[in-house]
Amino acid sequence: MAVKKEKYPMPEQDPKKRIKNFDEVPYGYDEQTAIEEAKRCLQCKNKPCINGCPVEIDIPDFIKHIAEGDFDKAIDVLKSKTSLPAVCGRVCPYENQCEGECTLLKIGDPVGIGRLERFLADYERKKGVKIPKIAKSTGKKVAVVGAGPAGLTCAGDLAKMGHKVTIYEALHEPGGVLMYGIPEFRLPKEIVKAEVDYISKLGVDINYDVVVGKTISVDDLIKDVDAIFIGTGAGLPRWLRIPGENLDGVYSANEFLTRVNMMKAYLFPDYDTPVKIGKVVATFGAGNVAMDCARTALRLGAEKSYIIYRRSDKEMPARAEEIHHANEEGVIFKLLTNPTRFIGDDKGILKEVECIKMELGEPDDSGRRRPVPVKGSEFKIKIDTALVAIGQSPNPLIPQSVKDLKIGKWGNIETDEDGRTNIPYIFAGGDIATGAATVILAMGAGKKAARAIDEYLKLKK
Amino acid sequence: MVVKAPLVAKKAQAGQFIILRIDEQGERIPLTIADYNGKKGTVTIIFMEVGKTTKQLGTLNVGDKILNFVGPLGVPSEIEKYGTVVCIGGGVGIAPLYPVIRALKQAGNNVISILGARNEKLLMLEKEIEEYSDEFHICTDDGSKGTKGFVSNVLQNLIDDGKKIDVVWAIGPVIMMKVVADLTRKYDIKTIVSLNPIMVDGTGMCGGCRVSVGNETKFACVDGPEFDGHLVDFDNLMLRNRRFICEEDEACKCAGVEI
Ligand SMILES: Cc1cc2nc3c(=O)[nH]c(=O)nc-3n(C[C@H](O)[C@H](O)[C@H](O)COP(=O)(O)OP(=O)(O)OC[C@H]3O[C@@H](n4cnc5c(N)ncnc54)[C@H](O)[C@@H]3O)c2cc1C
Ligand SMILES: Cc1cc2nc3c(=O)[nH]c(=O)nc-3n(C[C@H](O)[C@H](O)[C@H](O)COP(=O)(O)OP(=O)(O)OC[C@H]3O[C@@H](n4cnc5c(N)ncnc54)[C@H](O)[C@@H]3O)c2cc1C
Ligand code: SF4
Ligand code: SF4
Ligand code: FES
Repeated sequence: MAVKKEKYPMPEQDPKKRIKNFDEVPYGYDEQTAIEEAKRCLQCKNKPCINGCPVEIDIPDFIKHIAEGDFDKAIDVLKSKTSLPAVCGRVCPYENQCEGECTLLKIGDPVGIGRLERFLADYERKKGVKIPKIAKSTGKKVAVVGAGPAGLTCAGDLAKMGHKVTIYEALHEPGGVLMYGIPEFRLPKEIVKAEVDYISKLGVDINYDVVVGKTISVDDLIKDVDAIFIGTGAGLPRWLRIPGENLDGVYSANEFLTRVNMMKAYLFPDYDTPVKIGKVVATFGAGNVAMDCARTALRLGAEKSYIIYRRSDKEMPARAEEIHHANEEGVIFKLLTNPTRFIGDDKGILKEVECIKMELGEPDDSGRRRPVPVKGSEFKIKIDTALVAIGQSPNPLIPQSVKDLKIGKWGNIETDEDGRTNIPYIFAGGDIATGAATVILAMGAGKKAARAIDEYLKLKK
Repeated sequence: MVVKAPLVAKKAQAGQFIILRIDEQGERIPLTIADYNGKKGTVTIIFMEVGKTTKQLGTLNVGDKILNFVGPLGVPSEIEKYGTVVCIGGGVGIAPLYPVIRALKQAGNNVISILGARNEKLLMLEKEIEEYSDEFHICTDDGSKGTKGFVSNVLQNLIDDGKKIDVVWAIGPVIMMKVVADLTRKYDIKTIVSLNPIMVDGTGMCGGCRVSVGNETKFACVDGPEFDGHLVDFDNLMLRNRRFICEEDEACKCAGVEI
């Protein structure tokens, strides 16, 4: 029987309706569709898809179990490598990872690996998550700093190994970017809470409102524990560094998304935190963060939402699905366009942005063609709000507060493959070590570090 | 208001602040640590009821809980032996100035304090501050207590009297800090101000608290809140602090709070 060339479509909310609410956009596969999609997999002997997955999930194996209708077995395979499948199944850039290596690409769509992963995680959550066996207590204690994907994964794995883990989180909620950055319509907060709940059930304690380096220092922490994992992420917003950036109306993506997601400004005035965007919003950048900003702006009532990006559509770093959804929802893409200055009125309120057209020149260090300005092509766009989403740098708070910790070029904490820093009892991973990357890489880093910490604790009798 | 927060109390130093959120629907707001007691594990905050959150805070009773309370945030004041320091507190800025005055005095400085407010009712901590001051002045806009006039008039008099002033510390409304900084710039007196931009996280993550200092963008929550007053762009700060005025009104109306 010939294989069906296309992925089974994902049922989704109608774009016209969904830009008026914050509910999740795709609904997910039902059991029957999942089984059919799983049957498309060729069960390739050389398993190329696994090479594309940063945490090496045995993809053909879990898909085989789905095709056979044995979802519980499939989950066990998945869970042996990832602790946040409901999250990864939604936000992994799978087109560049597992699905990018799929043999089926030669004849059509790859297997919908991400969708199947999401299906399994949702199935399991509905049924009630099984708590795995936890090893006998080792009597060792570990402190984890930051409750993002890296910290949560590291904590969960260490707890399963029998160590006593306490997480310290600066904000009042866990999840890191999953909670304050990625919007509800892409990753419902209930799901993040369920994943955190699972980690808590493994015996991990989470202390909120503790800024390590301020409330407690790393030196204080180590007095009570045997090792420390730092997963404080890349929270420092980058700026365009053009005139007018401090005008009223210019936000960093982080501030905008934090107000809306974590502080629930979209429910203002039932929630106290405000956000205001006016009618025309321009987002600068074209990564996942930018798509989230532009789509959130529409949902808050913007009549026009622009993405302004200095390269062309081929270089846009966002996941294909995000770009597709943004297009469907009516986001206006102004590509090969770079802002040169923000212009305000006499009260200092943002009114316009001046941009210049760009063209692609020679390839730069990143291998992408370098955008160069076209002389004399400046033009202005009237806007009420500007959202700057051109990237984040590692959060400097901890790197600055720990003496002798080796810091890299971009202010990141330097580690080896397994998260060891130059100080034997300090480990680090996720965005704080690599700079802004992906959820699955942060999770993978947390896993590797957990193994390295376990080894260290065993040696350290 | 005295809050039990042992972790914060243990680390707190003059010049630092906390961020609190009263309940699940609440906004995160920053307040300066006005006093702290590491042994008792308590932190004192003093606030002016200007909007929804501070009004709500004012209705709490002894024994009530605040959902989130994080700190100490920001860089502590640089307390050294400078010589003669003039400490200027305006309105609610008097509260955060108090621990600074105490620390400066304990560091062996000659402390001259100037407290100012619109009227007598808005003054506070007079006794406490006087205790740590070598010279003590009060002024009110309407003359209801002390001399009639602004803190900057009192400072000008001190300068005119030929007092040798090594450092000025000014905490209060933005406009007061701006006037003081403009005055001391003329006489080249080092001036430290404590800025109060709108904040969200307080950990350097959102950039909402950015201020322009010496033409560089700084985050008040992690780089400040104290800065060299001669380098601060006060006009930009005033403008950015008005960002949500309409929404703040709306929040109050919806909650039935009067300002
Ligand atoms: C808007 C947005 C959309 C994104 N979309 C995607 C996507 O679709 N797919 C994808 O794969 N990736 C996406 N990413 C990237 C991904 O979210 C990050 O790479 C990932 O979250 C990094 O995880 P982390 O654990 O290293 O750090 P974070 O998630 O940043 O978590 C760090 C945690 O540490 C806490 N912390 C910081 N400093 C301290 C301190 N001093 N003391 C205590 N706690 C501290 C922070 O409050 C935070 O909770 C997106 C990022 C953003 C911002
Ligand atoms: C470092 C720092 C220290 C401070 N210390 C004190 C203090 O010791 N005592 C005191 O009374 N006030 C202090 N403030 C100001 C205090 O944070 C605001 O008055 C408070 O947030 C008002 O909240 P609201 O909901 O009651 O009023 P709203 O109606 O929300 O706002 C009233 C005013 O407060 C400002 N404001 C609103 N939200 C915030 C926010 N999240 N962050 C900062 N400002 C905001 C607004 O610009 C407006 O001018 C400090 C501010 C900062 C940044
Ligand atoms: S975790 Fe991400 S890369 Fe790995 S299989 Fe799942 S979707 Fe693919
Ligand atoms: S490469 Fe594609 S078809 Fe082959 S095993 Fe992996 S998922 Fe199945
Ligand atoms: S309050 Fe968010 S960076 Fe300072």
